[in-house]
Amino acid sequence: MAGKKGYAVYLIPGVILSVAVIVVPLVMTVYTSFTKWNGVGDQKWIGFDNYTRLFEDSLFWSSFGHILLLILAMAVVPTLLGLVLAAVLFDYIGKHFGDRWAAVFRSGFYLPQVIPVAVTGIVWGWILHPDYGALNKILDSIGLTGLAKNWLGDPKYALYSVMGVMIWFQLGYPIVMFMSGLQRVDPALYEAADLDGATWWQRFRKITVYLIRPEFYVVLVTTTIAALKIFGQIFVLTGGGPSNSTLVPSYFAYKNFFEKAQVGYGSAISTVLTVLIIVLAIVFLRLQNRAEKAGA
Amino acid sequence: MTVTAAPPAMRETGEPVVAAKHRNPVRFAVLIALLVLLLLMLAPLLVVALNAIKSPSEYASGGPLSLPGHLYWDGIVNFWNRVDFGQKLWNSFLTSLVVAVLGVVVSILNAYALGIGRVKGRIWFLVFFLVANLLPQEVLVYPLYYLSKQVGLYDNVISIMIIFTVIQSAFGTYLLTSVYAQFPTELLDAAAVDGAGRWRTLWRVVVPVSRPTLGVLFTFFFIWTWNEFFLPLVFLISNDNQTVPVALGVLQGDRLMDATTTSASALIGILPAMLFFVIFQRTLTRGITAGAIK
Repeated sequence: MAGKKGYAVYLIPGVILSVAVIVVPLVMTVYTSFTKWNGVGDQKWIGFDNYTRLFEDSLFWSSFGHILLLILAMAVVPTLLGLVLAAVLFDYIGKHFGDRWAAVFRSGFYLPQVIPVAVTGIVWGWILHPDYGALNKILDSIGLTGLAKNWLGDPKYALYSVMGVMIWFQLGYPIVMFMSGLQRVDPALYEAADLDGATWWQRFRKITVYLIRPEFYVVLVTTTIAALKIFGQIFVLTGGGPSNSTLVPSYFAYKNFFEKAQVGYGSAISTVLTVLIIVLAIVFLRLQNRAEKAGA
Repeated sequence: MTVTAAPPAMRETGEPVVAAKHRNPVRFAVLIALLVLLLLMLAPLLVVALNAIKSPSEYASGGPLSLPGHLYWDGIVNFWNRVDFGQKLWNSFLTSLVVAVLGVVVSILNAYALGIGRVKGRIWFLVFFLVANLLPQEVLVYPLYYLSKQVGLYDNVISIMIIFTVIQSAFGTYLLTSVYAQFPTELLDAAAVDGAGRWRTLWRVVVPVSRPTLGVLFTFFFIWTWNEFFLPLVFLISNDNQTVPVALGVLQGDRLMDATTTSASALIGILPAMLFFVIFQRTLTRGITAGAIK
């Protein structure tokens, strides 16, 4: 093996760039979260005031409450649904109708993931529009006018509408991940299960789910973190409204930064969000390690 | 695959074959159920395409599901001209291309030092890049906004290019380091025997050998940057500098946006993405899995 010295020089561009774009801004935001600042002029040190204010702010709590529901829509439902769909596509459609069919389905389900989030927001914003949207028009034309709602404009329905859109948006990702994981599975295992008279569902639960645990964890972590970070769809679909019924932490921070000029408060929100994401990632990594050890 | 799919043992017992025959209608029921689900998934996009080429009066009379009597391109053309869409496409393309190239280069340099060079403290560098991957952009945005104003790069695509080069290469470094950690040492030794220095070894041996992974990274960086919304929204405020998602996103709720214009705008936002999807599909599916098993 070649000597180990002299490689450090290759890190210089990456380190300089990372310090400028990540380290310095991160430190500045954490510092700013302890100050009162409107973006111009001097920052005034106020200790933990922003944080105490945050924990008494009902908007902050409700924005995290919304995130819990969005985790359901962006992580839990797509992961479980994707698991079943991936297994059906892989060892039912793939085996009985050919891998081509499976690949076509996979691409189709994945398509919403490829379109820019801002654009999917426009698509759904239009479909769900109360006056000229396609959904209400369709309900009208089949005589279900009573079901037509102001999907995104009514605080009672807005968050559920957004959740529906997010399931649509996310579903393709777990399918693609799980189907690639299934390629690792030895076909002989399935045959042995068939010989033992196992039903498809038994096979799914005992073999498929067990063998693609690594993908399962990766999908669950990445989608949960994506839910915590959600911004684009909220910005385009609802702007956090109506009456804050779809407010999420990232949009809450954005509003404080750029609309209310409460930079210190916005920084505190972002800092809490960041800590939460990192803690979550650590917990997930731990769980994954333990599961792998238990499985070995 | 085809050989193992029908093991001889199954024929001897006889019973599974009968069972398979009984299952045939079930098979088609499953297929049809999936087709319906797929249609539902694609329906929003199809409805958008259908109404983008419909005149407003036809939409008013026939509703969203009627087929247009004639193709009506004015909605798309008018919208295109109104937002100067060609300019937005160019901004998006240039930004994504520069970020993809620079992001891959920075990832290569970092991963060469960490994966092959195994420099001291490499674990801490990797932890740093992993955390950088996790950070929400909200925690960086205000200082970046403030600093870019100080150095005169606010409302300039260069600021977006620099920022995303760093953000994307954090992921790239993490992925590529684990690939390079398994790089065949014989190749490196052979290069060393031939008298190649580190710099030459990197570009003549390491980069060509890892080209498939680099292709995947390039594709990811390009599409991710193309789709980015939050930071471009904050940084690119003047019309001439906006990227496609920002230009489309900020128009929502605009009074001038009626049903057909909105679907026209959505369609021209979808089309470039579909184009990339078709072009990059192979790399993409390979790449999603490459990132997974880490």
